[in-house]
Amino acid sequence: MTALLRHGRYVLGENPVTGLAFALFVLLVVLAAAGPGLVPYDPLASNTAEALKPPSRAHWFGTDQLGRDLLSRVVVATRLDLTISICAVMIAFAVGSAAGVTGGFYGGWTDRLIGRVLDTIMAFPLFVLAMGIVAALGNTVANIVYATAIINVPFYARLARSEVMVRREAGFIEAARLAGNRGPRILAMHLFPNCLPPMMVQISLNLGWAILNAAGLSFIGLGVRPPTPEWGIMVAEGAAFIVSGEWWIGLFPGAALMLAVFCFNLLGDGLRDLIDPRRRT
Amino acid sequence: MLRLIGRRLLAAAPGLAGVIAVTFLLTRALPGDPAAFFAGPAATREAIEEIRRSLGLDKNLTVQFGLYVRDLTRGDLGKSLTTGQPVRSDLISRLPASLELTACGLLLAVAVALPLGVLAATRPGSWVDHLCRMLTTAGVSLPIFFTGLLLVYIFYFLLGWAPAPLGRLDAFISPPRSITGFFLVDAVLGGDFGEIRAILRQLALPAITLGLFAMAPIARMTRAAMLGVLSSDFIRTARASGLDRRTVLVTYAFRNAMLPVVTTLGMVFSFLLGANVLVEKVFAWPGIGSYALEALIVSDYAPVQGFILTMASLYVLLNLLIDVLYGVIDPRARIEA
Amino acid sequence: MKRTTALSLLLALLFMPAPEARAQSRSETLLVVVELGPNSMDIHGVGANRPAYQSSWNLYDRLITYGVKTLPDGTRMYDYSVLKPELAESWQIAPDGMSATFKLRKDAKFHDGTPVTAKDVKWSFDRAVTVGGFPTFQMKAGSLEKPEQFGVVDDYTFRVAFLRKDKLTMPDLAVPVPVIMNSELARKHATSADPWAMEWVKNNDTGGGAYKLESWKPGQESIYVRFDEWKSGPLPKLKRVIVREVPSAGNRRALLERGDADISFDLPPKDFSEIAAAGKLAVVAHPVENAHAYVGMNVKNPPFNNLKVRQAVAYAIPYEKIFHSVMFDRGALLMGNPIATNTFGYDAKLSPYKTDMAKAKALMADAGVPNGFETQLYFDQGFATINEPAAVLVQESLGQIGIKTTINKIPGANWRNLMLKKEMPIYVNAFGGWLNYPEYFFFWNYHGQNAVFNTMSYQNPDMDKLIDAARFETDPKKYADLVRGFTKLAIAEVPRVPLYQPNLDVAMQKGITGYQYWFHRQLDFRQLSKS
Repeated sequence: MTALLRHGRYVLGENPVTGLAFALFVLLVVLAAAGPGLVPYDPLASNTAEALKPPSRAHWFGTDQLGRDLLSRVVVATRLDLTISICAVMIAFAVGSAAGVTGGFYGGWTDRLIGRVLDTIMAFPLFVLAMGIVAALGNTVANIVYATAIINVPFYARLARSEVMVRREAGFIEAARLAGNRGPRILAMHLFPNCLPPMMVQISLNLGWAILNAAGLSFIGLGVRPPTPEWGIMVAEGAAFIVSGEWWIGLFPGAALMLAVFCFNLLGDGLRDLIDPRRRT
Repeated sequence: MLRLIGRRLLAAAPGLAGVIAVTFLLTRALPGDPAAFFAGPAATREAIEEIRRSLGLDKNLTVQFGLYVRDLTRGDLGKSLTTGQPVRSDLISRLPASLELTACGLLLAVAVALPLGVLAATRPGSWVDHLCRMLTTAGVSLPIFFTGLLLVYIFYFLLGWAPAPLGRLDAFISPPRSITGFFLVDAVLGGDFGEIRAILRQLALPAITLGLFAMAPIARMTRAAMLGVLSSDFIRTARASGLDRRTVLVTYAFRNAMLPVVTTLGMVFSFLLGANVLVEKVFAWPGIGSYALEALIVSDYAPVQGFILTMASLYVLLNLLIDVLYGVIDPRARIEA
Repeated sequence: MKRTTALSLLLALLFMPAPEARAQSRSETLLVVVELGPNSMDIHGVGANRPAYQSSWNLYDRLITYGVKTLPDGTRMYDYSVLKPELAESWQIAPDGMSATFKLRKDAKFHDGTPVTAKDVKWSFDRAVTVGGFPTFQMKAGSLEKPEQFGVVDDYTFRVAFLRKDKLTMPDLAVPVPVIMNSELARKHATSADPWAMEWVKNNDTGGGAYKLESWKPGQESIYVRFDEWKSGPLPKLKRVIVREVPSAGNRRALLERGDADISFDLPPKDFSEIAAAGKLAVVAHPVENAHAYVGMNVKNPPFNNLKVRQAVAYAIPYEKIFHSVMFDRGALLMGNPIATNTFGYDAKLSPYKTDMAKAKALMADAGVPNGFETQLYFDQGFATINEPAAVLVQESLGQIGIKTTINKIPGANWRNLMLKKEMPIYVNAFGGWLNYPEYFFFWNYHGQNAVFNTMSYQNPDMDKLIDAARFETDPKKYADLVRGFTKLAIAEVPRVPLYQPNLDVAMQKGITGYQYWFHRQLDFRQLSKS
């Protein structure tokens, strides 16, 4: 444990950017957890007398068309956006790695079948598939999560499969089999943990992508329902106000979104360094 | 080589079949009722049923699927209810616009990301490295439509440097005589220099928007691949033999690092084709992305199906191209494992 | 080094200003930017969208048209009480009032040079009442229902027999639907399966109107060029009109403000209010006749089948808030009054409704639901710019009297479907009628015939009696009483709560003159000119 911590501190020191990203991540989690309690205004309360006001002391981020405080909305949206991305990626991770590991280990028809399903998903332009799923099932938060999860499954499946195929014939697996472990147990207890490192990297990269995906869906009208605050939909609304000069409506949620995605991407790079210095990129 | 191509195409067939089936189900699952929509505002129930019958939507799903597949084998992708044209001609007229835009975006991204990646690889861990990483990551961290709108605002509205975001060509210039459908190619073939410039100007902002998005994975992969190659033995030998930095970097290291970069390029290209949808909306670009999006919103099945099928086929072709390129770049890859 | 020089050359090339050789054609052409373009060149076609009416209006002639009047503020609009010749030089109503005979001008030609004769008019009118769907409905609104009503007397004389005395028959001949098509040209492309040549006319120009179709790229742009042999009115000043689709509203505004586009009416209310205030562009505003935006409720099913609940809603809605922050005051407040301000029968004092939370809560208690209930609030995503903030404000206010709503944003195709099913409990919507008569509006929206626009499923025989009587009443005093009667009933029963009457705003470069408001809310290129 201490060795890991020491290694961690070494890596963080080596790479200040990763340290920064990690701090940002902690901040995001704190905001997501405690945000709604900390904000000065009710994110859903309209106040049309104060509509479209630029940032001021009363409203740090200004107000939107209905007079809602943008700071409150941006902070409260953290919870929803993090939830969407974390849930989507977790589901994709669980399903994808299970599929990939199973296919890689058993081979034969199982592998081929799983491979065909993955090919089908991958053949779709990903964003369009998400669009289609949400349009078909309705734009609820759950459906956005499922759609994002589905389009991310192939990444984990492929990764898991290749890792398993490399290690399938390794000595320690042979030993586990001789010791009496059955297939599924070997999969879960021995093979899977060894596949985790590269997938952790993929997870953090995907987290950022999931948020952007939700934002894109909002832009074309398939995002979360109003009046829920969500970064993507706030950026989409703000986009309509750029030309008329109300820059704050789009900028602050856009900056929050950008910071979060940025953070996840850098975190992913940093994690890669932490876990396997040999593969440092 | 031909056997390779043939085998790849065969391997792609089940994937395509899956795409056809899934797309069909997906479009049928869309909540809207195209018959109700296109019967118009004052239609009665009978009128709508009439239209439903004429569209063939009253038959059960299996029959509809059968008819769809039969039409596909004849090359008939159905008719779009929104434009009223056969989907095939719509796609043929709109695909070059998307491809041209994506290709230009990719070219721009490569032009910037490749040198950045190489630069970062030669000075790993330095501030240059970190700066490169942050720059490219920043490009991919904003939603693509937001970047596009911001660019329009700054470069068109405020500064007036970029032309009006009216699509592929200014309203008052007629397009070049259509040979390939790619305006740039057609204009070059036609020899009209002024037109080439007009076309490039319209392409600038949307291509930059797409390019910004594509920079990060390319730079990252270049850096990784270069780092891997730079630490290998033959590079050490080359350096020891006294070759200058330039030759080592370009002639030896880069060529060998190309392989994973080419794979990434392929992935990025297909990803950009999907992201096209958003950019086309912002820049009024008449490509297949905006076509499919409009059709999706009104539950117009045929264009959505046609669009997805086209994209999937493009993806297969692209992967094939990359496999062939592999063989060209690295003779070792020509020998099948 | 070579690569960087190449790159900088390329960038310089890109950002150099464009050549001015195009300047000349620019000043003779009008560039209209729209959100959505036409999806058909045939107004009789199935699913022809609203922009298709604009194409049709300019590519085709009709028998008659409306006159022009100038309003006190200097803007011009069509005069629905004055009918003027277009293809028909003159006409006579028979002494028994049951038919009209039109004398067509003899020098009119179609775009391909064929002379326009009465048989073309008959073919076109037969087509309009036979193809079904919206065109047939619209013809019916003026009692134009059967091909037998239309008769060719001779090459230049055309007769319309009336089925009944309907004051809307003549005005209905000047709406976009009864266009005169080149029957010979169209018939060449008809088949046994498609006797009206629907397929061909959809993509081609069979008109004889002031403008010809130069080109049409669906989803991109349509270009119209003046037909110099047009005789049915004074020759238009504009030689060429380009209608370009630009999906992003912000971009449309940017184009107008930078002078790269000439005219647009597809902008959010906020932009119009700001552009009007800035003064660089000219903005013409006109409240849309016979139209209102409303919150509708399904009166057949609980919970809104309870009159007191509906009244509670009418007292809870934040009328002024919506009008100020969603519409930016572009229009006229109605506050429960179903008649538009520029339609006969409008009386601001008729509606008692205003935002009064206490009264609303008391009504909820009276209705037996003091603690409220949960329900779903719907709106059409196609009009999200206005509907979404309005829905949010409505949701908030209803929440205060205990009605908790979830908002459902419905995409276009599904919206029509849901309207037909008539199951949405409460929703935000709008309706506008072409013919500016209150009974016309009520016929579509409140009559028990339960047209699709009667989204509330409101069926009341008393209401039907009043509307039906008003449609055919000729005595002005009796008519006014009937109109007042059905208006008061609609207010008392409040199946829908009218919020405001929207504007039709148009923004254009300062040199553009001749704009006039039409009931179809499209641009009439024939009147515009560019200096």
